[in-house]
Amino acid sequence: MDRIPILKFGNALLVTIQVDMHDRLATALEEDLTSRIVSNNARGVLIDISALEVVDSFIGRMLDNIAAVSRILDADTVVVGMRPAVAITLVELGLSLTGVKTALNVERGMAMIHDRLAGSEADDADDED
Amino acid sequence: MAGQVGSDVASLVTRNEQNILPEWVELQKNAGTLHTGRISEGELQSQSRNFLHLLRDALTQSGTDTLAAPYEPAKAMLTELSRSRALQGFSPSETATFVFSLKQPLFNALNRDKTLSGEQIASTVWSLTVLLDELGLFTLEIFQKSREEIIVRQQREIAELSTPVVKLWEGILALPLIGTLDSQRTQVVMENLLQTIVDSEAEIAIIDITGVPTVDTLTAQHLLKTVAAARLMGADCLISGIRPQIAQTMVHLGVELNVISKASLADAFAVALRQTGRAVVKARRIEGFALPEKSGRQGA
Repeated sequence: MDRIPILKFGNALLVTIQVDMHDRLATALEEDLTSRIVSNNARGVLIDISALEVVDSFIGRMLDNIAAVSRILDADTVVVGMRPAVAITLVELGLSLTGVKTALNVERGMAMIHDRLAGSEADDADDED
Repeated sequence: MAGQVGSDVASLVTRNEQNILPEWVELQKNAGTLHTGRISEGELQSQSRNFLHLLRDALTQSGTDTLAAPYEPAKAMLTELSRSRALQGFSPSETATFVFSLKQPLFNALNRDKTLSGEQIASTVWSLTVLLDELGLFTLEIFQKSREEIIVRQQREIAELSTPVVKLWEGILALPLIGTLDSQRTQVVMENLLQTIVDSEAEIAIIDITGVPTVDTLTAQHLLKTVAAARLMGADCLISGIRPQIAQTMVHLGVELNVISKASLADAFAVALRQTGRAVVKARRIEGFALPEKSGRQGA
C-alpha cells in the first residue's frame, strides 16, 4: 500500500503530500505520523499541501486530528502552502481548522516552528494562539 | 386544415412578395426602427426579406405550428435579430414591431387575393394572427433574455472592478471593500485576496470596510469566511474602518468578528507593521540620520 514519506528535519518532521489523498492514505499518514512523533521525539510537524488540489471534509478533519494528536504529544503542527481554492473549499465546508497553525510556504513554516521552540524553551506561557 | 392554411399563405407570400416586402419595410420605418440610425435601411430590407423567405419555407413544410422543426431557421434568425437589437439598445416594443408589423401587409395581400372564399380568408387571418403573435412573443422573450445576460455581465464586471487588493508594504496587503457584500461578491473578493496573498507572499491582510454601508449577520459571516480562508493560507487578517454606527449595530445584533479590528486603516497598518517587526518613527529622532533636503519627514 502507498504511504506518504515522513522526513526528519532536525527536531521537526516534514510531510509533503504529492499525491491525491484518499481516505486510507490519510488514516495511514495519521498513524505513521503519530508513531514517528513519539519515536523521533519531534517537537514540530510541518505538512506541505502545496501540491494538493482536491480536499474533502475527511482530509480536512484528518488535518485537524493530526494537529490535535501532535498537541497532546507536545509537537506543533503547521500546515503550509495551501492553495486558494483549497482554502475556500475548506471554509465553505465549515472546516476552518482552528487548531492548526498555518504558513504560506515551507520556509515560513519552518521559521514558525523554530520560533515556537525557541519561545517555549524561554517561556511556555508566551503562546499567543 | 392547418397544412392547407400553411400552403395557402405560402403561395400567397410567393405571389405577392413584391407588394408585401416594401409595405412591411415601410411600416417598420414608420414605427421608428430607423430613426436612431442604429441600423441602416439596407440592413432592414435584407433582414425583412430573409425572414419572409424563412417564414414561407416553414409555412410550406409544417403549416402554422411554430413548435415544428421547419420553424427552427426562422426562430434562429429571430433570436439573432433580437439579440443584436438588445445590444444596440432598441426598446422591447421596437424589437417586437419587426414581427407584429408583418400582419398588416399579409392581411392586405389576403384581401387583394381573389382565389380564396370569405370563409377561407377568415380562418386564414385567425391562423396567421396566432402564428405571428407566437413569433412576436418569442422575439420578446429572447430580447428579455439578452438584456438579462447584459445585466449579469455588467454585474460581474462591477464586482471585479470594485475589489482591488492593494499592497501597502512588503508582506502587507489592504483590501478596501466598497459596497454591499453579498455571497457572490464575497467569493470574488476571497479569490482575489487569496491569489494576491500567494503572489506577493503576504503575511498580513487588512480588510477595510469603510465603504461597506451596512454590516448585518450575513455580511459578518462573509467577512469571517474570508478571514478564515486567509488564515488557512497562513496569512493573518485585520479588520479596519468600522464606523461608529456600524459598531453599534453589530453589538446590537450580537455579531462578533473574533479578529483584531481597528477603527481606521492607519491604526491597522501600524499593527501590521508591528507584527512584521517594523515601526514607523520620525526621522529626526534617530541620531546621525541626515534628513533629505526636500522632503521634510519620512517614515522608515
